[in-house]
Amino acid sequence: MSLLRVTDLVVRAEGRTLLDLPLLEVGAGEILVVLGPTGAGKSTLLRVMGCLQRADGGSLAWRGEQVPWPAPLALRRRMAMVFQAPLLFSGTVFDNVAYGLRLRGERGSALRGKVEAALTQFHIAQLAGQRAATLSGGEAQRAALARAVVLEPELLLLDEPLASLDAPIRERLRDELRQVMRARGMSCVYVTHELPEAFTLADRIAVLAGGRLLQVGKPEEVFYAPNQRAVAEFLRAGNLLPAEVLSMAGGLATVRIAGRTLTAMSAFAAGSRALACIHPEEVQIARAPGAAGDWFDATVLAVTDRGPTLRVDLDCGFPLRALVTRRAARELALRAGARVAVALAPGSVHLIPGDGA
Amino acid sequence: MNELQQALQPVLAMRSDLAGILGLSLLVSGVAVIVAMLLGVPAGITLGLRRFPGRQLLVTLVNTGMGLPPVVVGLVVFLLLARSGPFGALELLYTPWAMIVAQVIIATPLVIGITLAAVQGLDPRVHLQILSLGASGPQHYWKIVREARLSLVAALAAGFGSIISEVGAVMMVGGNIRGQTRVMTTAIVLETRQGNFALAVALGVLLLVLAALFNWLFTWVQQRSRA
Repeated sequence: MSLLRVTDLVVRAEGRTLLDLPLLEVGAGEILVVLGPTGAGKSTLLRVMGCLQRADGGSLAWRGEQVPWPAPLALRRRMAMVFQAPLLFSGTVFDNVAYGLRLRGERGSALRGKVEAALTQFHIAQLAGQRAATLSGGEAQRAALARAVVLEPELLLLDEPLASLDAPIRERLRDELRQVMRARGMSCVYVTHELPEAFTLADRIAVLAGGRLLQVGKPEEVFYAPNQRAVAEFLRAGNLLPAEVLSMAGGLATVRIAGRTLTAMSAFAAGSRALACIHPEEVQIARAPGAAGDWFDATVLAVTDRGPTLRVDLDCGFPLRALVTRRAARELALRAGARVAVALAPGSVHLIPGDGA
Repeated sequence: MNELQQALQPVLAMRSDLAGILGLSLLVSGVAVIVAMLLGVPAGITLGLRRFPGRQLLVTLVNTGMGLPPVVVGLVVFLLLARSGPFGALELLYTPWAMIVAQVIIATPLVIGITLAAVQGLDPRVHLQILSLGASGPQHYWKIVREARLSLVAALAAGFGSIISEVGAVMMVGGNIRGQTRVMTTAIVLETRQGNFALAVALGVLLLVLAALFNWLFTWVQQRSRA
């Protein structure tokens, strides 16, 4: 049985439909990442799940029991939420982290022990007596996370909690957060538009756009097998090419893209049209064709420095984008005009419905 | 030195009266501002947090009430408490109670208005954050009071300042009766009318000092709670 289930959820505002979801479930102990662009309705979904906002339609069920509106206090106290901004209250860091426990009537040494443990877990024990208003962005967000986690909620709702932090702090805190959630066995709904956060934390990913649920699945499934163009584009699939399915055999489709024949791992009827989705990091580049796989000649159009990796735009009869390491680019002497061989393994080409229009 | 003594002579001469006037001023305005806070703060928070039919009208009334002419308040309270009025049987007219009622009516809209502005000035997500950490309705209200306390001290200062220095309403419903309903402002009016300008000025200075003292106190509390 799921911990929380939303069914036929509809939320409207000023005549506009913000959310329209047939079904979404959060399992016990699961980290569900809701991924989508700004304005997708992610935060609205989180507020509805947290019983902080009334839906215009549909229902919410907690462990199979329908949740009325307004939700009982006892149920709200099984959840806790952290927002993008830390939203710390006045007073000290200790006061902030102790706030929810005090609401629940906890006092004395039991309260102190829990607060100190949470502060230690988020590496801010030394800031306990400091006024919350004086914290840096990273410290404040750690305090906000500790304030929610200390309540040991059955469901933790996180609304882009790391979005306003610098990249190094964000990465460190993301890893710490994952450790804490795993250690405490918490269920969590984590809203973000950042792919690294989604893939680092998620047991399952739900892709939301325009208030609609586009795809739900394990990170690998969503990444390698997006079910529609919008998902592939949001996941920065990189290469979306119009393809014609020539034949199907043993789960492998033979497709033609701009006169080239490739093999894809998708089930599509022969003769149908589709979009071939190829992640840039799956494109192999070599000086000369290898022994196995579909190799073809290509010309390098441009090489763009992206820091740790380089983006290579190729012309293989159709445009293809690849990502290579700096070392590989140096060894292959990649530069505009260079002639190279390109290979795509069957597993790296995925077909999705669409005709490229 | 002699000149100072001469200037203070009229004040010193009425010092027994003065203590009573000063005490009554503080008592009437003190009780009135406490009542106004007790009524105005919950009303301001409710108006700031809740959405219900007629809310806009109430907010408009509050904003209008913030600029109520005290003399009109005095007139209305007079008519209500007069022997022939609906509350005449209570026999409150020309008592400190009537003055308190009038001052509560003047100060409450100010307290509601400032509280409302303070609540609306908080990040809306703060309310969600408080609720999401498990606050009940009353706990939510109390937390808002705590978070908006700087503004609430400002509401207290504005409310107290508006009534301690007010004369029209207290004159009308209190009657400026010596030893019973005479307060600082009505005493100043009386002494001015009688041509005792030195005494009127001395009382005026005393009123200013009193107002400054309370404002200093409110500011100190405000800044201390900010720290």
